[in-house]
Amino acid sequence: MKSTNIYLTSIGTGYDLSNSVFSPDGRNFQVEYAMKAVENGGTSIGIKCKDGIVLACEKIINSKLLVPGKNKRIQTVDRHLGVVYSGLLPDGRHFVNRCREESQSFKSIFKIPIPVPNLLDRIGLYVQNYTCYNSVRPFGIVGIIGGIDDNGSHLYMVEPSGSFWGYSGAATGKGRQIAKSELEKLKFDDLNIKDAIKQAARIISLAHEDNKDKDYELEISWCSKEFTNGKHEFIPIELLEEAKKFAEEDEGDEDEDEEEGEGEGEGEGEDTEMN
Amino acid sequence: MNHDPYYWGRPSDEVYGQYNYNIANAKNVEQHNQNNSNFPKMNTQQPIITGTSVISSKFKNGIIIAADNVGSYGSLMRFNNIERLIKVGSQTIVGISGDISDLQYIQRILDELEIQQEVYDNDGGDFLIAPNVHEYLSRVMYNRRSNMNPLWNSIIVAGFDSEKKPFLRYVDLLGVTYHASTIATGFGSHLAIPLLRNLIPENKDYINVNEEQAKKVIEDSMRVLFYRDARSGEVYSYAVIRLNEETGKIEFEFNKKTKVEDQKWRFAKDIRGYGSTQH
Repeated sequence: MKSTNIYLTSIGTGYDLSNSVFSPDGRNFQVEYAMKAVENGGTSIGIKCKDGIVLACEKIINSKLLVPGKNKRIQTVDRHLGVVYSGLLPDGRHFVNRCREESQSFKSIFKIPIPVPNLLDRIGLYVQNYTCYNSVRPFGIVGIIGGIDDNGSHLYMVEPSGSFWGYSGAATGKGRQIAKSELEKLKFDDLNIKDAIKQAARIISLAHEDNKDKDYELEISWCSKEFTNGKHEFIPIELLEEAKKFAEEDEGDEDEDEEEGEGEGEGEGEDTEMN
Repeated sequence: MNHDPYYWGRPSDEVYGQYNYNIANAKNVEQHNQNNSNFPKMNTQQPIITGTSVISSKFKNGIIIAADNVGSYGSLMRFNNIERLIKVGSQTIVGISGDISDLQYIQRILDELEIQQEVYDNDGGDFLIAPNVHEYLSRVMYNRRSNMNPLWNSIIVAGFDSEKKPFLRYVDLLGVTYHASTIATGFGSHLAIPLLRNLIPENKDYINVNEEQAKKVIEDSMRVLFYRDARSGEVYSYAVIRLNEETGKIEFEFNKKTKVEDQKWRFAKDIRGYGSTQH
């Protein structure tokens, strides 16, 4: 554990030991600790542009023996819906399964694909429930859900507390600070999806700077009316290579511009096996 | 014997006392006692809106399958826009005749199957192919008939097997399945099969038949069916799935709103019987 003064109000008071118990100043520490688990995970981002959404993640390679290009991290919930998350992987798998169940159940009742906001209403409620009981712990992930429905493209981020917000650009995981400040520079109103893919590759590569000692694999998926017929899919290999090249070239430029250029120091904590 | 229609065939109460449901340890005792009804549970007894034949044939490097777009209510042509060929995955087509509401149910479960097998993470695994789809459907059909609640359909599954050979197989409301190089359901099994077998006398002979030949016989069969099957329609859909032997890729062609061509109705004046007023 880190030095006690950081957690002055939680350690030793007992209010952090149990889920569903407020501290006297109105915080739920278990939820905040869940957020800590997320902060150590590999970076995930989502970009919403006018003609679709792009999801990307920095998949940390823990072992050279892992098969390249397999063990995908971005998952599909329904034809039109994709999810990426940072934090505890098994929690994320369970989260995705629940998303799938909810969208199937919606379809079995209404016979149409679930609209993205409806899915988030349901999944937000589900995640929130895991903050209410002693017998469970909150989800150790932040999930980014993106997709296209009749009302256009949507991008949301769900937190361990169960709250979810709609975003134009969302970032979570270890490199989120850098990723967020890069996302803020994008002009979402006139960003097209192919540029968004390149930006996603660039942002993930920048966000990886603080974690350079570990190898990573870039995963990018998209959902676009024009290119994927509204379906959520991994981007074609050519596009991925192009995006990687773009990110590499951009990185080269930046090294020349500013030698020291460091982001906010967020990654100093102990190395955990989470990603 | 009690002759009241609701109690028909039951021993009469005056002679034998009231029927005791516990005798046979029947599961539905509670139900009977609760709603105070002696009428047994009843499942589908007949189809309501129906689609007529589906016809299909293999050829050297693929398969062709056709079905018209009519939904009949008895002898009334109630709908003329029912699509009875369903694409499942990238290289399989399912042709369904019989009850249309059951068709729609099958369409939904196939969509669910497709999402589970192809849309969810498929980390380099196998994709849905026709034998998978057929096996799945035959399990569903047999299960339903075993529960005495059948889906009232005859189904043809067409596509390619894992060795990229043409695959054509049938399953129906009883859960019966069989394979052949030419398969037709409903009236087509009487009217189209003889024509198809002229082209492909035995199962192995499909390798001598090319796509044009197969397509021509399917067109002829659809015409004959339109002439002689009173539940058929003039507009039909057909699908061709072929293996392009040069590229090794499977090509999928789905044609909708095809019309029965070359109709010659002169034979009709010679028809006798069937309510015809001609002598």
